[in-house]
Amino acid sequence: MVGITSYGAYIPMYRMSLQTLAQTWGGFAGKGEKAVANWDEDSLTMATESSIDCLNGMDRSLVDGLYFATTTPAYREKQSASIIAKVIDLRRDITTADFTNSVRGGTSALKAAIDAVGAGSAKKFLVAAADCRIPAPDSPFERLLGDGSAALMIGDSDIAVEIEGSVSISSDFVDIWKREEDRFIQSWEERFIVTQGYLAHLEEITSILFKKYDVAPKDFTKAVFYAHDKRRHGQLAKQLGFDPKTQVQDPLLGSVGHTGSAQAMMMLVAALEEAKPGDRILFANYGDGADAFILKVTDQIEKVRNRRGIKKNLASRMELQTYGKYLHFRNLMDWGRKREPDRFGAVTMSWRDRNWVLSCHGHKCRQCGTIQFPMQRVCTWCQAKDDFDEVRLSDRKGTLFTYSMDNLATSVDKPTVIAIVNLDGGGRVSTVLTDRDPEKISPDMPVEFTFRRVHEAQGVHNYFWKCRPVRS
Amino acid sequence: MAESFKDKVAIIGMGCSKFGENWDMGSEDMIVDATYNALEDAGIEMKDIDAAWVGTIGFHGTGAGMTSTGITGAAISMPLKLHYKPVTHVENGCATGTDALRNAAFAVAAKVYDIVLVVGVEKLKDTGFGGLGELAIPPHPVFEGGITAPGMYALAATRYFKKYGLSPEEGKKMLAKVSVKSHYNASRNPRAHLRNVINEEQVLNAPMIAWPLGLFDCCGVTDGAAVAILCRAEDAKNFRDDYVLVKGLGLSIGPGQGSIRTDYDFTIWDETVHAAKEAYAMAGIKDPRKEIDLVECHDCFSISEVIAVESLGLCERGKAREDLEAGAWTQEGDIPVNLSGGLKAFGHPIGASGCREAFEIYQQLQGKAEDKSRRLKNPRMGLVHNQAGLPGKFMCAVGIYGLPD
Repeated sequence: MVGITSYGAYIPMYRMSLQTLAQTWGGFAGKGEKAVANWDEDSLTMATESSIDCLNGMDRSLVDGLYFATTTPAYREKQSASIIAKVIDLRRDITTADFTNSVRGGTSALKAAIDAVGAGSAKKFLVAAADCRIPAPDSPFERLLGDGSAALMIGDSDIAVEIEGSVSISSDFVDIWKREEDRFIQSWEERFIVTQGYLAHLEEITSILFKKYDVAPKDFTKAVFYAHDKRRHGQLAKQLGFDPKTQVQDPLLGSVGHTGSAQAMMMLVAALEEAKPGDRILFANYGDGADAFILKVTDQIEKVRNRRGIKKNLASRMELQTYGKYLHFRNLMDWGRKREPDRFGAVTMSWRDRNWVLSCHGHKCRQCGTIQFPMQRVCTWCQAKDDFDEVRLSDRKGTLFTYSMDNLATSVDKPTVIAIVNLDGGGRVSTVLTDRDPEKISPDMPVEFTFRRVHEAQGVHNYFWKCRPVRS
Repeated sequence: MAESFKDKVAIIGMGCSKFGENWDMGSEDMIVDATYNALEDAGIEMKDIDAAWVGTIGFHGTGAGMTSTGITGAAISMPLKLHYKPVTHVENGCATGTDALRNAAFAVAAKVYDIVLVVGVEKLKDTGFGGLGELAIPPHPVFEGGITAPGMYALAATRYFKKYGLSPEEGKKMLAKVSVKSHYNASRNPRAHLRNVINEEQVLNAPMIAWPLGLFDCCGVTDGAAVAILCRAEDAKNFRDDYVLVKGLGLSIGPGQGSIRTDYDFTIWDETVHAAKEAYAMAGIKDPRKEIDLVECHDCFSISEVIAVESLGLCERGKAREDLEAGAWTQEGDIPVNLSGGLKAFGHPIGASGCREAFEIYQQLQGKAEDKSRRLKNPRMGLVHNQAGLPGKFMCAVGIYGLPD
């Protein structure tokens, strides 16, 4: 038996109100807001967050593979999944791959993972999806798109959600695309892409599914399906024969926005948070064709409740007050000549130090038992040489021993909050505080790790662990 | 076996260039000005110099001294035309000036040379931006990069306030007293860079540089050079009667505990404690507050002065506020600190500062400090505290200079 054994999600701390967009560009404001990745986040960092949420309470060494789906990979050439695997501290002898170029990538990856576990080549397979699509300013997409991530663990035991069936179709349909040289996504006429694309394909896949497995809408507790936008999502629910009030999973469009390849999986995580043993869920995704699954929730679901998931991530938020700040976050303007030295980077150095830079390992001295970060050759307490065990620190919380708010340091989001953090269980980390309200920082406040894109240098993304006030 | 270094080496001449935003001067100009100032003071000529040490971090190059592989002795040999004399480049962060003097003094004491020249110099104002910016070459692509000196020193202020139960407002008020004093002292010093008198309100309302440190909590960004000429103590009388002796020198390099050890609390600076201990032992000082008449300390930030004075053992830990409120660190006080205006207001050209601090002590001990109102009454011993690095990882040099017993 193959099924989902765990789930996790991530929604960035910042939310931008549609009012803010209307104030900037004019026009109809409407209600709602969207999640906006902080300036130091991208699809890769968000995937580490949802993956770690999904891995909560699990032995990470048991994971045999990681598939990562996104349309906005950190690199055009260079796998993200392998970096994510290192960051979340998976084994080295695993399978990793990126599923890119389609908003349906999440369920494509899911099918591949299900097949791998079903074929017996893996026992536990992690599937993460994240997107951080940058919409063209003052476009309908700017009101629609949001950032976020979801992760699902596929396994052959302790199954919380059984996969009772699945069907797929592939389609050459061109609705939304982005060429190599495009900065923003493009689309064909709305009526064409909705009627012939979104609605037609999802109707087709569900009818195939219903026919193959001899089921009908009444057999499902909940229907979780991709949303083009809020109106068309509601329209499709009715066309498929689901009761929008009781059976249809909210597409999170007024709270998170359309998260591209992560959308359907984030909706599924939201559904699983509420699901009861015995519930049957229709799960359908769209993009370059469609996938549909029949899912059945088991008793095991109660054992994977301890997650931030969608609910807690949604509840923990900060308002992105101005559009100007958003322009900085996404680097959407020419900021003029910077009178600052270039940032420093060296692939060799980051590679040598990958066990602490990416995996957040510290050294625990075998002589005196103290924990030291970064990893040292000689113990800073007892001066024992090369006598350490590596320990993962990223899942420990800590307290902010001291901090400062540096306005002189170059940053997209001043001030740079320099942070000295003492970790629970020992060890100190010198880093930066992110996702913070400068008005609400004080010595000894509780903080936790978060993996971020620190800066660009020599054409390379440089990632490292920061801390943030603990998200509830 | 090592011997005491006390009273073995004398300073027989010192000089100082103009300190300030020297738009029209390169490092070569300041080197020439300060060196000829010192030669004149010592009453000697360039040909009398046997060897030289140059202290600079080459913040924006050192003109002639730069080669493709870094800074060299040519930094001073070329502008001064020190034809084929040995020149050593010393670099130890902001403690460079004192460390250059320290190494030169050792060479004189070892009787390798008779008369040596020590040049501390820095040209900061050729970058095109204000302040020093971020660390130009951070130690690592992602670890502790993208931060500035005020940002790091502010860590110490935040924790100092917390440890001693000061609200940020009370803490900032305490620090304001340091800056007000520095500017007042500089206002009477014709050689200082920032000579405007300021009040506490101005300090408290100034733009924030790195909370809790505002603009007036930070030292000036200053170009300058300072020079010392040394010889063995027994030869000093051949040059002048009012020579000044090197009583003690200490240097301590921290292993960077601040970012690693949980017991490092940022409010006491171990490198300063250790460097002072070495210098006090050499100079035979038992009760520094009583025996030392004036202090030039490395007040790159207001909090630096507070913690430096406490770490030097000149004030009980946590009691700086009481001292400052009592005026103990003013010219009339118990232990005058930074009578020159300090790094804060005299200026802080990095490689020059250690020599410049010695220059203030030298002139005060001779009773020749410019502007008579600044002169202390019969001081006999002064301390220079010169510190590099950032809270958590310091390199600290302490020099004690005094009159013959």
